[in-house]
Amino acid sequence: MSETPAIQLPEDKPLEIAGRTYQSRLLVGTGKYRDMMETGHAIEASGAEIVTVAVRRTNLGQNPDEPNLLDVISPEHYTILPNTAGCYTAKDAVRTCKLARELLDGHDLVKLEVLGEEKTLYPNMTETLVAAEELIKDGFKIMVYCSDDPLLAKRLEEMGCVAIMPLGAPIGSGLGIQNRYNIRLIVENASVPVLVDAGVGTASDATIAMELGCDGVLMNTAIAQAKDPIRMANAMRLGIEAGRESYLAGRMPKKLYASASSPIDGTFF
Amino acid sequence: MQVQVNGDAMELPSGATVATLIEQMALAGKRLAVEVNEDIVPRSQHPDFVLSDGDRVEVVHAIGGG
Repeated sequence: MSETPAIQLPEDKPLEIAGRTYQSRLLVGTGKYRDMMETGHAIEASGAEIVTVAVRRTNLGQNPDEPNLLDVISPEHYTILPNTAGCYTAKDAVRTCKLARELLDGHDLVKLEVLGEEKTLYPNMTETLVAAEELIKDGFKIMVYCSDDPLLAKRLEEMGCVAIMPLGAPIGSGLGIQNRYNIRLIVENASVPVLVDAGVGTASDATIAMELGCDGVLMNTAIAQAKDPIRMANAMRLGIEAGRESYLAGRMPKKLYASASSPIDGTFF
Repeated sequence: MQVQVNGDAMELPSGATVATLIEQMALAGKRLAVEVNEDIVPRSQHPDFVLSDGDRVEVVHAIGGG
């Protein structure tokens, strides 16, 4: 662990989503872990305060030997963010959100994702827009998984989504941020938090997202499928912090040629 | 009477409520949500909501996901 520097840096403002503030800018999923214990430990190591879960029939994912996910990732300690993963239509996504709200005693923050097709899990934006409109009308606060189209991102914000979450690359691909230019444009145009959701493979990918000015990153597979998920969760925490600090610091301009760091004057040869 | 629970047929005595069903599924006291014919049945109504023959019931919970 690095020691706290002696120089006090001005404090960053916390991440604010739907009126609640968070110290951590890393949001994590709970899928693909070996078991519930590993899930709990990895999430703790990540420092995440917002944790996504899926909503499924009770006959799925029920191992009588294991505790319920919400007993390990307790809604008292974490902000639970139910997702609509697996939904390919607006109708299914709306139903899933309503079930999630009932499941979580009226908690109305949801991650909306409506998928287009299985191979890429790319978001179906027309269905996403339909679902978002209906859910917002019903009082939901929506963090929306979307394509990295700056115009659609703005449209979702104008509709009332509380956070815009463009993909960096397809879900579970680990390819990293494929279109930095678009992410940058979305960030510049947004007045709600922008989080990269999906595509991160390793800590440097998370750092890049934060250096682009994103307010946070949501990831699952990059941690859960690492050889050591708990260590990777820690790496992601550090990567997010490094990227955020770097963004706040403001990087040097890129140049084509060298620029000596040592003075040219005063040489003795 | 027969109802569809999570896609499977299930026999229930007539007059059975959502609470009866949850008990029969050994899920009493668990954190779950119930939908009957695509409408949410709030937890507070589980003991009073009487199921009808042919009802389509979904009983869901939270599992790992991203």
